[in-house]
Amino acid sequence: MPDLAYHAPDTIKQATDLLAANKGSRPLAGGTDLIVQMQSGRVAPVAIVDLKRIASLKEIREEAGYFAIGAAVPCTSLKNNKALVAEWPGVVEAANLIGSVQVRNRATMSGNLCNASPAADSVPALVAAGATAIVTGASGEREVPVEQIPTAPGKTSLADGEFVSEIRIPRQQKGGSDAYLRSIPRTEMDIAVVGAAASIVLDASGTCTSARIAVGAVAPTVLLVEDASKALVGSKLDDAAVAKAMAAVSAACNPIDDKRGTVAYRKAMAGVLAKRVIQIARERAGGN
Amino acid sequence: MNAPEPKDAFKVVGTRPIRPDGVEKVTGKAIFGTDYKAANMLHGAIVRSPHPHARIKSIDTSKAEAVPGVKAVITGADFPSLEDIIVRMGESSGSTVDISTNIMAKDTAYYDGHAVAAIAAVTRQAALEAARLVEVDYEILPHVIEMCDAFAADATKIKAAINTVGLGEGEQGRPNASLKFTSAKGVAAAAMANAVHVVSGHYSLKPVHQGYIEPHAAVAAWKADGKLDVWCSSQGQFDVRGLTASVLHLEIGNVRVMPLEIGGGFGGKTTIYLEPVAALLSKKSGQPVRVAMTREEVFRATGPAPGGEIDVKLGADADGKLVSAEIEFQYSSGAFGGGDAWAGVMHSVNHYAIEDYKVTGWNVLCNMPKHAAYRAPGAPQINFAVESAMNDLADKIGIDPIELRLKSAVKPGDPSMMGSKFGEIGLIECLEAAKAHPHYSAPLGKNQARGFACGTWMNYGGPSTASVSLADDGSVLVTEGNPDIGGSRASMALMAAETLGVPYEKVNVTIADTSSIGYSMVTGGSRTTYATGIAVIEAAKAVINILRERAAKMWETDVANIEWIDGSAVCTDADNAGKSFTLAQIAAKAGATGGPIAFENGVNPLQHLPGYGAHICDVEVDKETGNVSVVRYTVVQDVGRAIHPAYVEGQMQGGAVQGIGWALNEAYIYNKDGRLDNAGFLDYRIPVASDMPMIDTVMVEKPNPGHPYGVKGVGEVPIVPPLAAVGTAVSRAVGKPMRSLPISPDKVYAALNGG
Repeated sequence: MPDLAYHAPDTIKQATDLLAANKGSRPLAGGTDLIVQMQSGRVAPVAIVDLKRIASLKEIREEAGYFAIGAAVPCTSLKNNKALVAEWPGVVEAANLIGSVQVRNRATMSGNLCNASPAADSVPALVAAGATAIVTGASGEREVPVEQIPTAPGKTSLADGEFVSEIRIPRQQKGGSDAYLRSIPRTEMDIAVVGAAASIVLDASGTCTSARIAVGAVAPTVLLVEDASKALVGSKLDDAAVAKAMAAVSAACNPIDDKRGTVAYRKAMAGVLAKRVIQIARERAGGN
Repeated sequence: MNAPEPKDAFKVVGTRPIRPDGVEKVTGKAIFGTDYKAANMLHGAIVRSPHPHARIKSIDTSKAEAVPGVKAVITGADFPSLEDIIVRMGESSGSTVDISTNIMAKDTAYYDGHAVAAIAAVTRQAALEAARLVEVDYEILPHVIEMCDAFAADATKIKAAINTVGLGEGEQGRPNASLKFTSAKGVAAAAMANAVHVVSGHYSLKPVHQGYIEPHAAVAAWKADGKLDVWCSSQGQFDVRGLTASVLHLEIGNVRVMPLEIGGGFGGKTTIYLEPVAALLSKKSGQPVRVAMTREEVFRATGPAPGGEIDVKLGADADGKLVSAEIEFQYSSGAFGGGDAWAGVMHSVNHYAIEDYKVTGWNVLCNMPKHAAYRAPGAPQINFAVESAMNDLADKIGIDPIELRLKSAVKPGDPSMMGSKFGEIGLIECLEAAKAHPHYSAPLGKNQARGFACGTWMNYGGPSTASVSLADDGSVLVTEGNPDIGGSRASMALMAAETLGVPYEKVNVTIADTSSIGYSMVTGGSRTTYATGIAVIEAAKAVINILRERAAKMWETDVANIEWIDGSAVCTDADNAGKSFTLAQIAAKAGATGGPIAFENGVNPLQHLPGYGAHICDVEVDKETGNVSVVRYTVVQDVGRAIHPAYVEGQMQGGAVQGIGWALNEAYIYNKDGRLDNAGFLDYRIPVASDMPMIDTVMVEKPNPGHPYGVKGVGEVPIVPPLAAVGTAVSRAVGKPMRSLPISPDKVYAALNGG
């Protein structure tokens, strides 16, 4: 049996050094995906580099231009940051639909992103919010849009030895808000059949000046639906504009038939959920 | 037997004390199946077939045996041969052959997950590593999983030896049918032709798993003297002993089974899967061996309850009284014979008085695990069809669904489908209580609808043993042989305390191993509080007689002069009139008056009565997504007499929740290669707490004259009516009949959008 090494570094530098030195090692944050995959035999890392002792990765920083959410911040903690909840209620809700309460006390958004599941709940909300990921490795760090991290189910654009150390979400604009909903057969502890997020900005007249609609579990990676944005921007989010956005979302979907849903049901639900998140985000943004 | 005592005479029966096993369980200290450890214990792992149907050409275990730490490897060849079982057991060999084959494939794997080999090693990791290195050469055979494929007249026969039992003269069977059973009275077809109102429909249900939270686990120690010790969680250590002894060709007395706490069974732990595997690994390695299933193994290799395809036709006269029922159905039984068709037939219209009926059920084999009992086995499926049709009939006639049922509901003295007359049953009382319940007439909100259904389960009594003994400080010790799956320690303590006249807290209940007390049948069939309760009450009464004799000795009088009143012996003879000794005072003198005070009692009571339930369900349907929420649910049930009302209510609520899960989301999903695609609780969706409203309960108490305290079985009835109650509510909300379970959101969406 191969031995498994466990490291718990105190600094990002130590973490990147350990990841670089141990080919086939994996960073660990909440472990709610990694440990399950190790138990099932799907992955067999030679070493684990636990990020939870690194103080800077356990914080949410409120910068002038963005929120910085450390890679080891559990989803439950997001609910304790009043500014984040006020500005991005949809992101916080999305992260707090993952798994169960016990899972969310460990699970992190960075982990949810890097697990690269098309059905990850927090990712559509992060994409709609225009979030970026700080990717850290031995050669330094780079900032990339979150939608560029997962490239296919279970696959990411991270190079060997790199990890996402931080997620940055821009400060909310005046008149802006967001929402996330998912479709599951029961009420919790499930995987999204479809997930949809909307980030909306309204001007003083109630006209939509920005709209980002993202859907999950309907394609190999989360989709940002540009045609839905086009249908909404410039409108007052009236029924006709929303119907156009729904149609754009359904048309953009490229889902599979599997045990969790059929192609037809997923396409239809993507539209329905898009409509609902647009309505919720509009209300939160102060629209009627 | 005397009529039950009136309710107001009870001192502790009907109260709600904390269960004796509660603190250990909620603090995580109780020892369940996987918790038990023996010294020098090895860890097992099982190699399972990835194919739903394949001939095993050869198995090479040499690489597995070479893994460091591996102490034993077994295959089907290590089991006593099936031919030997047939020779030894003669006509009764069939079920043992099936159980042995199901535990470990011999020449053929019959389903995805069928065990083909097992390993014991010093660590679980080494055992798993070795399991991966077992090389099995399979010849893949055609498989059949769906009922419609399995029952077809030209279906691929999954076993050469299948013959349809129960056919009439010259009648053709089906390739995979093991039984055709009909119960008929009068001339159903003629009565149907004369009916004024007729409804019919076809109903489908998928196989479902019992969904117990604790996976199966067993530790076995094959001792140097050739005797076997087993520690496991089950619904009955005595039947684990008997089945294990049969499969391994051991004398029953040489097998001792120690019961551990059980984390749910619902019928699925009335059989064995691991005990002979652990035993043979122990025999080969010379060390105790634990074999435990993962959740995936539980789904792939245990359960399920049968799926069903059901055609039902009901006829009523102008008033709505049922005049005929014509029903034919098929139940799947997995890759082995047996099955629930008989029970399905007998619970189809056993709650209605109908002069003419014909009900036929088939057991059909398919490439799935051997079917296992699940709470009221065979009844929920047929009830779904019959009660849904009853609601259609009510709509057709334009009559209230409960009024319709009251016209045909069985009452004491009516003949049952079994041929006997019903005793003091309480269906009418349940229907009337449901009708009077505020829920039944409460207004409904937008997109909401209501469903109603009633149902029955026969219940059982049967053999049980219990002993009552006293310690010299007056402690009462009740020892019984039924694992506690629903609060039965508390019920036994209450009945013993009531009989003896002592506080509940004075009674300690132990569930003994198979060598420490006489036989008790499994905890199942809603039999334990009834039958084992009688054993406890009678043993306590015998102890009272011993206490009276000892008191008579202490007063030097005749035992006829001693009465037992409120936990004390009271003297009535002239010399000591009115004097009394408490139970504790007599127990303290036991040594001087004749020795230890104890009585063991074996009983076989069969005056159990069937149970009845009436369920009201409100659902709300999201018309855009097809999601169904159960927004209000009420269970009305005749419980005879509730010994511990909180645990009776718990049974009513738990049964309803399992039925709701069956109706809305639970189903096995097999892929085109015949492999189970949802072997876990993520995609096998039992309800979670947030899915459920508070399940309201109404206990109707119509005592059973065949039990000293009026007990009727309560555990199984509550899973029977929910399928039709939920299905009807959703059908009404959607505006179309939803006759195929589970009624998942995509099916509702399709129905709402012209599907």
